[in-house]
Amino acid sequence: MAFLKIDNVSICGIAACVPKNIERNSESPLFADEKERQNLIESTGIEEKRVAPEGCCSSDLCFSAADKLIADLQWSKDEIDALVFVSQTPDYILPATACVLQNRLGLKKDCLAFDISLGCSGWVYGMSVISSLLSNGGIKKALLLCGDLTTRQNCYRDKTSYPLFGDAGTATALQYEEGADGFRIHLATDGAGADTIIIPDGGYRNPTTEESLKFEDLGDGKIMTRLHSRLDGMSVFSFAISKAPKSVKGLCEHFGIDMNEIDCFPFHQANMFLNETVRKKLKIDAEKMPYCMKEFGNTSCASLPLTLVVTRREELQSKPMKVLGCAFGVGLSWGSIYFKTEKIVVPELIEI
Amino acid sequence: MELNEFIENFANQFDDTDASEIKAETVYKELDEWSSLLALSVIAMVDEEYDVALKGDDIRSAQTVEDLYNLVKERA
Repeated sequence: MAFLKIDNVSICGIAACVPKNIERNSESPLFADEKERQNLIESTGIEEKRVAPEGCCSSDLCFSAADKLIADLQWSKDEIDALVFVSQTPDYILPATACVLQNRLGLKKDCLAFDISLGCSGWVYGMSVISSLLSNGGIKKALLLCGDLTTRQNCYRDKTSYPLFGDAGTATALQYEEGADGFRIHLATDGAGADTIIIPDGGYRNPTTEESLKFEDLGDGKIMTRLHSRLDGMSVFSFAISKAPKSVKGLCEHFGIDMNEIDCFPFHQANMFLNETVRKKLKIDAEKMPYCMKEFGNTSCASLPLTLVVTRREELQSKPMKVLGCAFGVGLSWGSIYFKTEKIVVPELIEI
Repeated sequence: MELNEFIENFANQFDDTDASEIKAETVYKELDEWSSLLALSVIAMVDEEYDVALKGDDIRSAQTVEDLYNLVKERA
């Protein structure tokens, strides 16, 4: 099992940015009737989401979050040694968006920057990578930017998934701190489920052709092209309710973490039915599990930090907290992370 | 695992359908109450009771409750 113990690193701050533009499922033209609409809203718990306007990228949302976080932390941009960008909606096929962001944020050239291509599990994976880079003290300060434009990946004509997803970008600031407790992490992968959530065309396996642009009716209300995300909801559900609790339990058993001592369990915001099934399996108190899917939907790799900013801003700023997060999705890829925070900087949610 | 117990667990996922309506040979997708949400409840039940992860294709390909029982039994 991939268990990691990464010491001497702490979280300094978390920021999140969403587009101002709101789309409400109560106003969506996708549903055949009101009953269908209400069933979807009730079972998923998702009422609305943010949709980036044309021309706005994941990196723009992450840039705004990072810029504000650096200012609030009063960090000098020359101090930032590493930038990792996690996304599956980069600016370009190449170069890596992290390189573009290094320049745009005005960071020094002596800064390592690269992208990680992961979705829902991305923040947990990103935290494992960036904290490992910091852990031996070679670099002192780093930024993890996680964001996605999920509303571009999902087809506006797909009533099974378009209503569930929203856009967001986040920034997490970390630093080397000798003696800090750091992170306890479990990571896992099952590529046998690679086609459970997949955009079939547009990469190098199946390059874009004229066929890629044709709308297909896949049944059950799924109308999309081969450049849109195909999500097998039942298989994802089955995967998540089985693997997420095992990952969290495994992490706690491996590192001797007492679940009763955890203040907050930010989990990937998939949908209410799925998340509540996972919560009940783990016997976690409802008040310890924050949700922001009602207002923001599933925001892929931005999900955990966005949830913390939206629901736990006051506590994170005013008192020490013990946090256990779990994320799961496209890949299939999943993981859990445990850490403590000591009054970190959390700017108010940014809207652009 | 027992077929009768599986049928009972399966029937417990329904609110408006009488348990007596659900038999081994019932084609579950033809039941009025069947929905995508009920499919998820069945997947959750199978995970909880039998520690088996059903896939979307399993639910789509199986016809009767007994078909599903056989799938779960193979993997339990």
